[in-house]
Amino acid sequence: MIEHRDDLGDKMGMWLFIFTELLLFGMLFVVYAVYRSMHPEAFKLGGEELDVALGTLNTVILLISSMTVAMSITAIQKGKKNLALALLSITLFIAVIFLVNKYFEWGVKFEYGFQPGGAELLELGQGTILFFGLYFMMTGIHALHILIGIGLFIYVIMKINKDKIHQTDYVWLENTGLYWHLVDLIWIFLFPLFYLIH
Amino acid sequence: MSEEKHHIVSFKTQFMVLLALLLLTAISVFITRFELGPFNTLAAMLVAGTKAAIVLAWFMHLKFESRLFIVMVSAVVVLFLLVLFVTFFDYSYR
Amino acid sequence: MSEANNAHNVSYLEYKGQYKGLFAWIFSTDHKRIGLLYLYTMLFFFSLAAILGLLMKTQLIAPGYTIMGPQTYNSLFTLHGIIMIFIIVVPGLPAVFGNFFLPIMIGAKDVAFPRLNLLSWWVYIIGILIVLTSQFLGDGPPDTGWTFYAPYSFRTPTNVLPAVFGAFVMGFSSILTGINFVVTIHRMRAPGMTWFKMPLFPWTLYGTAWIQILATPVIGITLLLIVAERLWGIGIFDPALGGDPILYQHLFWIYSHPAVYIMILPGMGAISEIIPVFSRKTIFGYKAIVLSTMAIAFVGYFVWGHHMFTSGMSGRALFAFSFLTFIVAIPSAIKVFNWVSTMHKGSLNMQTPFYWAVSFIFVFMIGGLTGLVLGSLATNVHVHDTHFVVAHFHFIVFGGTGYAFLAALHYWFPKMYGRMYDSGWANLGWGIFFTGFLTLYLPMFYLGYLGMPRRYYDYLPDFHGGNIISSLGAWLMISGIIIIFANLIRSARHGQKITEKNPWGGKTLEWQVDTPPTLENFDQIPTITKGPYEFED
Repeated sequence: MIEHRDDLGDKMGMWLFIFTELLLFGMLFVVYAVYRSMHPEAFKLGGEELDVALGTLNTVILLISSMTVAMSITAIQKGKKNLALALLSITLFIAVIFLVNKYFEWGVKFEYGFQPGGAELLELGQGTILFFGLYFMMTGIHALHILIGIGLFIYVIMKINKDKIHQTDYVWLENTGLYWHLVDLIWIFLFPLFYLIH
Repeated sequence: MSEEKHHIVSFKTQFMVLLALLLLTAISVFITRFELGPFNTLAAMLVAGTKAAIVLAWFMHLKFESRLFIVMVSAVVVLFLLVLFVTFFDYSYR
Repeated sequence: MSEANNAHNVSYLEYKGQYKGLFAWIFSTDHKRIGLLYLYTMLFFFSLAAILGLLMKTQLIAPGYTIMGPQTYNSLFTLHGIIMIFIIVVPGLPAVFGNFFLPIMIGAKDVAFPRLNLLSWWVYIIGILIVLTSQFLGDGPPDTGWTFYAPYSFRTPTNVLPAVFGAFVMGFSSILTGINFVVTIHRMRAPGMTWFKMPLFPWTLYGTAWIQILATPVIGITLLLIVAERLWGIGIFDPALGGDPILYQHLFWIYSHPAVYIMILPGMGAISEIIPVFSRKTIFGYKAIVLSTMAIAFVGYFVWGHHMFTSGMSGRALFAFSFLTFIVAIPSAIKVFNWVSTMHKGSLNMQTPFYWAVSFIFVFMIGGLTGLVLGSLATNVHVHDTHFVVAHFHFIVFGGTGYAFLAALHYWFPKMYGRMYDSGWANLGWGIFFTGFLTLYLPMFYLGYLGMPRRYYDYLPDFHGGNIISSLGAWLMISGIIIIFANLIRSARHGQKITEKNPWGGKTLEWQVDTPPTLENFDQIPTITKGPYEFED
């Protein structure tokens, strides 16, 4: 195979992939916008069922994790391998906590019977059904992306450990960082649209 | 071989960015406690948009990349917003 | 590595890398081999889908039950559509000729991400296999049409899930190709090849690649929502739960309309390559073609509602989409003027690629003009969901992408294989095919105008005459296809060997490299000083 190195090209490729994710989630936001415009009251009531404190906590830790991954890049650029590993481990840890929180949040909803097809949900009227359908779909796909991010962090940590990513070749880390910030960006919009309408 | 010298964002800057984001998060939680009618959504989206711009500019490094990246990102955002807008030609006027 | 077998001495067909036999192909990261992998896959599935079409036309040769009942007919047109759209024309020219020739035409040794390129073919194959399982599982092949409209697509017991999931997987193949091409074009053009010295086929690949990146995720999420509806009943498109089926149509067509520009733009690019060469004259209005390509790619995002005029959208949406549809027709028409102006006072070389290119213009125009009938609200109401639509899209997609694909294949064949096909058989095949094509599809405009619905296995006796002509046309057209394919397949293996680098007298870079190209295309990356279509004589 023809080998050539083009860090800028690699970064451009990553951005193009990010655009696909923006469009993917973007269309879910379009669906949200349409149904919220049709059922404003039901969406408000649905939002009130969600735990603002837990949502805010998840928002805060995700923002922190964006900082830690950005810092890990600075660390690698400065040749500080162990600092980079520490920062990435924190990022990974936060990602896991986010998923744990999500698990408990969803658990509560399932107890109430608000999951898609749940008996209690079907009693509550169309707007509420749509709200929760969108809630599970959007936070679910978001959570799937967090899971993928966890996989990426594990991989990148291993590569840094083996010095395959280092001060003069760290495009894998940069691109993983970009991916993680994307996950953060999506949550930045999910959070107010689901948790802050009351 | 790696080409140009890559711009390094300082730890301090990244920390300040986080503080800004946390502040904006607090603002959005606070401001939506009040009943502002349709402005609730607008306010929340403006704050979210600002946070997004900050993440894009500093954490995602757009502020320091070649202008091409900023053009691409902007074009994608504009395209999405236009699609949203055109979709509402249907839903707002049924 | 031995002297006789290295990247610069041997053609890419004979190059021996680390793998042997079949694996040397399906594990190859050489863009040329990947292009051929796509070509052979498409050849197989096109033939399959064409047979399905032939069976459908045979059913329609007379009213009532001829060779199949309604459930079978519905499954057939569904599979025919899925194969033709997702497996053939969306990957289409980019997957075959883009992969093969983009790097060469811009003076590069490969694409930006060769391994992602191979992955895109593997993902494509996996998607196809998943779709195929839908045909054989217990609940029966899907009968929704390739459009999977809600709510039927989540209420039908047939195997919709593997079909939509397979299409979802194939979407990733398209996205990977798009990402690869955008980065390749931005980063790997030869020194001196500024954007406006780049040939037109790469330009169309660029516009198309952006659509692949920005539109495909939309169908991705839409199909996932169907999966979620079928598995969990989330209610997003289910009217019983508050969902709006029209929203499904919006989401579906927000991808599927730009998708038709994925299908046609590279076809137009190939035609823009062929016409100057066979007119021995520079392309008329290079910049106009570039700008109109970008304009089509952009405006094409905002016309999707013209597939939904009778669905129940608001009046404002109807007007907006009709208006925008008329706007998007303009840049396409500009291209036709450019091509015809190129031929005007040119020195025409009447050979097979040129026959395909000229007939492309003819059928594309019929397709495009009938698109205006469909884009106009008042007439649309009468012909929506009739055979008028079926005729329109076969003219513009089969006539457009299909003819352009065959034109490109007959144009680039000698370079790809180092062999020449028999032009007598090629031209005969073209003639029979073209006659059959018109016989098959022209009557459908009239039948649709009279009111014959589409996607029905039966029809009123009033429509019988037109259907007889049309169905006979199908048989004639397939005969033409058989001749064309047989000629090409035979010639790829036993055709007259040529080593001539430039058999047609082209001016773009692929005609300066070896025939067939070596593994890395160029011994030395050229420096570009001229534009791509300078024919001095």
